[in-house]
Amino acid sequence: MNGVFHLSRRNFIVSLAGSGLVVLFRADPLLSFQEPERIPPRPSYPTDFNAYLRIGADGRTTCFVGKVELGQGSKTALAQLCAEELDVAYDTVDMVMGDTELCPWDMGTFGSLTVRQFGPVLRAAVAEARAVLLQLASEKLQVPVDRLSVKDGIVTDSRNRGASVTYAQLVQGKRIERHLEKVPVKAVSDYTVVGKSVARKDALEKVTGKARYAADMGFPGTLHARIVRPPAHGAKLRDVDTSGAEKIAGARVVRDGDLVAVLHERPDVADQALALVKAQFDVPVAAVNDTTIFDHLIKAAPESRVIAESGNLQEGVKLAASVFDGTYLNSYVSHATVETHSAVAKIEDGKVTVWVSTQAPFIVKTQVAEGAGFAPANVRVITPYVGAGFGGKTGARQAVEAARLAKIVGKPVQVVWDRKEEFFYDTFRPAAVVKIQSGLTSAGKICLWDYKVYCAGDREAKQFYDVPNQRTVSSGGWQGQQPPGLHPFGVGPWRAPSVNTNTFARESHIDVMAAEAGVDPVEFRVSNLSDQRMLRVLKAATDRFGWTPKRAPSGRGVGVACAIYLGTYVATCAEVAVDRATGRVQVKRVVLAQDEGVIVNPEGSRQQIEGGITMGLGYALTEEVRFSGGEVLNRNFDTYEIPRFSWLPKIETVLIENPGVPASGCGEPPIVGMGAVIANAIFDAVGVRFAQLPMTPARIKAALRA
Amino acid sequence: MTRAVSFTLNGKPTQVTVDDERMLLWVLRYDLGLTGTKYGCGEGLCGACTVIVDKEAVRSCSTPVKDVAGKQVLTIEGLSRNGQLHALQQAFLKVNAFQCGYCTAGMVMNAYALLLRKPRPTRAEIVQAMDDNLCRCGSHTRILEAIETAAAATAGGAR
Ligand code: FES
Ligand code: FES
Repeated sequence: MNGVFHLSRRNFIVSLAGSGLVVLFRADPLLSFQEPERIPPRPSYPTDFNAYLRIGADGRTTCFVGKVELGQGSKTALAQLCAEELDVAYDTVDMVMGDTELCPWDMGTFGSLTVRQFGPVLRAAVAEARAVLLQLASEKLQVPVDRLSVKDGIVTDSRNRGASVTYAQLVQGKRIERHLEKVPVKAVSDYTVVGKSVARKDALEKVTGKARYAADMGFPGTLHARIVRPPAHGAKLRDVDTSGAEKIAGARVVRDGDLVAVLHERPDVADQALALVKAQFDVPVAAVNDTTIFDHLIKAAPESRVIAESGNLQEGVKLAASVFDGTYLNSYVSHATVETHSAVAKIEDGKVTVWVSTQAPFIVKTQVAEGAGFAPANVRVITPYVGAGFGGKTGARQAVEAARLAKIVGKPVQVVWDRKEEFFYDTFRPAAVVKIQSGLTSAGKICLWDYKVYCAGDREAKQFYDVPNQRTVSSGGWQGQQPPGLHPFGVGPWRAPSVNTNTFARESHIDVMAAEAGVDPVEFRVSNLSDQRMLRVLKAATDRFGWTPKRAPSGRGVGVACAIYLGTYVATCAEVAVDRATGRVQVKRVVLAQDEGVIVNPEGSRQQIEGGITMGLGYALTEEVRFSGGEVLNRNFDTYEIPRFSWLPKIETVLIENPGVPASGCGEPPIVGMGAVIANAIFDAVGVRFAQLPMTPARIKAALRA
Repeated sequence: MTRAVSFTLNGKPTQVTVDDERMLLWVLRYDLGLTGTKYGCGEGLCGACTVIVDKEAVRSCSTPVKDVAGKQVLTIEGLSRNGQLHALQQAFLKVNAFQCGYCTAGMVMNAYALLLRKPRPTRAEIVQAMDDNLCRCGSHTRILEAIETAAAATAGGAR
């Protein structure tokens, strides 16, 4: 271990039953970022080190984290970080995740923050543990700390290879309280585990069907609940007749305020009983639908805020040889995870345990306590594997429903939403409008950029091209209900919130200017950029793609888009073919270069990039929630089309080594350029600019006919 | 109608006394406790619930249990033999052909049926056979790779 440790108090060792290691560490001030705009006042990461780490007598390390595994590989990446800082073998690290009783508090798993923001907390904690262990070893072996080295949890005297002691031997059944300050974490150049592709911790369970998700938790006597749902958001229950359902053998009907449910030991029988419930609702008149929504959003959006401003817009207009106005529209999209919201609640001795498909177990704990009437201390939320989230599984209405019902019926209750409920209660990515006015000098330099985004949110709305006179204004965030009624249903974060919309608008508009100036889109970007990281990813992507300069539309069907997402730089190139007869777009090839700082697991990053590109095809080409007022018209995957195997482009990934920059997250950035890169490639193919997502076959056909 | 329905499940004779209209998915998950087969849409649109019935991939969410009476049903839990993962499972594991893993059982079982009928499928044939199995995480490229890897490994000898 390099560096100096400062002891803040006398070291002492207290013998206690049970093994475990406690040292203290300070919360990292870096952690002020929070994804949901309205989570309750939060506690902070615990300072007690034992919260994160336990070294067992068998030499295995158990790492406790409040994060959850959504498929993004956090279980693997965090185990790598732990193994790295502690100098133990990756295979000997076991992860316990998302259990509010066993794991330290965490705000939730979103925003590609797991490694970027929680990583440093875990590393600091583990580094301190290692430092304390080294001190203990030094005392035990009577050798100064700087002579010790560690590998695979074995501390050895570097001058006397025979003298060694294992972590397990040092810790054995003792609780260590020692507080070291300013323990440095390992230098990136010393990494041996981080940066390597390792076997995923969740692989075996997932390929054998043993991985358990919330709906897989079964207990004897569990009742399946089916809940009476309104036909539209805003509808009020007027009258309900449950007499038909009550006649079904074994069915239980519960009416608790607005919650009307039928429960049965078999889900299909609960379904049959639900079908017999006659419920009448007062449904408000539909004020907006999926075509009128954009005008509504502009009118109803809350007051705007200036996000960034420099120079003088008037000056920009004066300098401009040409001025460009653009309006870009983006639709509501659904998270549409294959796993629906699920929860199983079980009450024992006044304490409720809820297994929940959620990204934020600690938020759910609060929700269950408040919503089902338990003291927070009597609520435990356990997060098994989650069938993906993408921002859609932060709140957990289903967990509250399960807990309420379990309390009433006195048996374990399972609430698993069907697909229709999933579409109905999903918190969609908000529809949004972006208006841009820009200007170009006769030399092809952007001299004016006046950008206003409505309802997408301001994340990465700011311009990163060099523009002397610019302003970015944002009105309304992705969390939505500001003012109430702005959106006809719930909205919320969706993989890379606000940035899909902002990138679509910005990068489409950049291409509009390039085309008008008669300059190749890549050359145009390069001549308006001085950000070296961006220039580097752009070069990496275009080199791999084999980009040859030509002004658009060239008929080749190629496009480019650049983006920054919370410190990660991305450049995407795509090639498309447009079927003029059907309006169908086939994306043939996508090359994506990404600079995410330190790469924790290259294989994991590549997987996330492939996933992001594939998922991005959906919001670019087909995904759009149809609705009439608060009634969601999409009920299943037949009308809400998500990407399929036959849509797949050839995907190539370029990971850019940038060890000088801390890891900045890889799960969300790759999706943000997909709308723009496809729109730009379609323009290059057919000469028609699409300023509205998704670019459905119907819209493309209509535009080509016009 | 509630009655006894017998079939072979993962090689073992099995009998359930249930409403014979109950979908196989619910029988597997809640009458028999095999939770590897997943619910995703309930209408035959996603493939998460895919199992093998007499060598064909079927969607258990839309298959009443009476339809499998006397037949051979194979689920993800029955795929490995004597602790040996099936070639498809090995390949999915090797190339990380999953993220959240929720679609994985359905993908593996659907691919299993494909390889039974076509041991060395072309990429286009794989795409066509898998096209109605949805994956939201975008694991598609790797799933295709895994199926090709498994096909090559079994070299036509898939069980
Ligand atoms: S659950 Fe059966 S196809 Fe979706
Ligand atoms: S891996 Fe998540 S749905 Fe396929």
